[in-house]
Amino acid sequence: MPPTTNLTTSNSEGWTMISPGFGLIVFFIVLPFLSAIILSFTNQRLISPNPTEYVGLANYKQLLSVGVLTLDPKRNSNGAVVRDKNGALKYPRLRNFTRNNPQYPHIKGMRELFSWNVGDNQRTYILARDVVFIKAVINTLLFVLIVAPGQGGLALCLALLINQKLRGINIYRAIYFMPVVVSIVVVSLLWRFIYDYESGLLNNLLSSLTFGAFESVNWIGDTDFALGSIIVMSIWQAVGFHMVIWLSGLQTIPPSLYEAARIEGASKWQTFRYVTWPGLRNTAILVFVVITMQAFALFTQIDVMTNGGPLDSTQSIVFQAVERGYGKQDISGGSAISVLLFVMVLCISLLQRWLTQGRS
Amino acid sequence: MSMSNNPDNYGLRLVTRYVVLTVIAIIFAFPLVFMIMSSLKPDQQLLADTSSLKAFLPVGDISFQNYENAFSRVPVGLFVFNSMLVTSVTVVLSLFVCSLSGFSFAYLKWRGRDLLFSIILATFIIPFETIAIPMLLITSKLPWIGLDGFSIGWLNTYRVQIVPFIADGLTIFLFVQYFKDLPVELIEAARVEGTTWWQIYRLVVIPLSGPVLATAAILKFLVMYNQYLWPMIVVQQEEYRPVMVGLQYFFQTFTKGGIAWGEIMAYLSMITVPVLAFYLYIQRAFIASVAATGVKG
Repeated sequence: MPPTTNLTTSNSEGWTMISPGFGLIVFFIVLPFLSAIILSFTNQRLISPNPTEYVGLANYKQLLSVGVLTLDPKRNSNGAVVRDKNGALKYPRLRNFTRNNPQYPHIKGMRELFSWNVGDNQRTYILARDVVFIKAVINTLLFVLIVAPGQGGLALCLALLINQKLRGINIYRAIYFMPVVVSIVVVSLLWRFIYDYESGLLNNLLSSLTFGAFESVNWIGDTDFALGSIIVMSIWQAVGFHMVIWLSGLQTIPPSLYEAARIEGASKWQTFRYVTWPGLRNTAILVFVVITMQAFALFTQIDVMTNGGPLDSTQSIVFQAVERGYGKQDISGGSAISVLLFVMVLCISLLQRWLTQGRS
Repeated sequence: MSMSNNPDNYGLRLVTRYVVLTVIAIIFAFPLVFMIMSSLKPDQQLLADTSSLKAFLPVGDISFQNYENAFSRVPVGLFVFNSMLVTSVTVVLSLFVCSLSGFSFAYLKWRGRDLLFSIILATFIIPFETIAIPMLLITSKLPWIGLDGFSIGWLNTYRVQIVPFIADGLTIFLFVQYFKDLPVELIEAARVEGTTWWQIYRLVVIPLSGPVLATAAILKFLVMYNQYLWPMIVVQQEEYRPVMVGLQYFFQTFTKGGIAWGEIMAYLSMITVPVLAFYLYIQRAFIASVAATGVKG
């Protein structure tokens, strides 16, 4: 809440001064936000000759429907299981069940997300109606789960390092912060070159440093490495930002507490554990919430570096929202994805509020 | 851990600290150094240099040929002009509108103030990415009255890149926080003398607001200059494109084989080095701006 000064009430000036700012926020943040919710229940397209219709939860069902199917292996006419050349069990084709099979209406039109063997002779399939979107959700959650602690923790280490009293420390701080002022678009394209399989800096440098022993890795073209490579680059770009926020938190801790800890003979770890960390509690919550919200919004890196590939291993929620809402002009589908993203972010904010109130 | 008084030990630890700091500095600096050095080399040499430390040195056949080539592939001047126009107009309007809102919240009492303030705080948790798609629909249908008469639809204009970003919760919040800490006696004294609120805003508060104006301007500048997703979806005409979207002109070389990395690095350097130089020149102000967002929440 704003402070209350003992100044006179002034409705007319107050409203006049607030109206441009508040009006713009309502029109360009609140209204689009409410529109996203409403549009997600329709079949709105960017340009369409047909009138918009209310479709209920259809967009959400399309995005979120998942199913499970457990299959027995194929058997030949004698009842023996069929094996392929490598001796692995052969299973009936999934589409026998997901296409026009009246016995399995609940998985109609679904495709395989992933599958694994159960016991010796059964295989369980996880199916989804919108496989790409579910993959995007999984990748985004993975990205958030690694980037939030990784970037937050590294930023704290850097802040502790920079918080020393050393000659020239400001130069180091300035260098660590440098990537923050570079656009993520520029960073993504630059790192696309660094990560390049044949002519990239990383492979060539590692190869010559190890006298050819290092085998080139297709950093952003291999499903095992692509998301990880994007994570490393994203942390490199943004960690300086959160270092500065930790630093401003560190500087609010009164020096007298450190003095007291020193007199008590506390070790470095004890000082951190019982003086520094408790003093950083609110900063910590802020840092992790901000990183989490930024990580959920993962888009540019994907758009510039991989377009979601290889094999959808770097699809992200926002990338899907843009691909549908803008690329395919499917405003309602894109809006439904946006609403789902907002719900996830909201959960994080509620967690923040809960954690902050836990203190007082 | 007891402090050691042994001078050799102290010297060693000091060296270790600087080594650690320097190694980390290299990690943060090397891609940018690589970018600038590569922009000065012909493609063949540039690729050969990636397998040695020459990649980070201005050696060999150094020229501005890549820059010339980038200029002939992309209308660099136009894109830089568009970015500067959109960024500067948004920053100026944002400072005015948001400081006025902050002033109203901080000093004036009016009905509905607390409600409006909580609405603005609530918008913090709406990421732009979640409203981009409906905003595309809304802005495509908005009317406008300009010099050339009445028109419908804001797509392919400067205004669609400017107006939605003038007001935002964080900037207003920064102003409220700053104004709250100004000595209230100054304002009360001016009120007693019969000065109007508009005069107090213009003659008392704004002249005292240098630091917060700088903070808000720097944060807005970074957001606006680096815009990518929004201009990509609302601007299809080259005439209005900003520098970041201009990067897509180089994507076509990806599929045709023989990626023009030298040219790409030249373009990246052109749109990045001025900002980096500006940052290094006033780095304290930049870092203070980010630290100021730490009070949020």
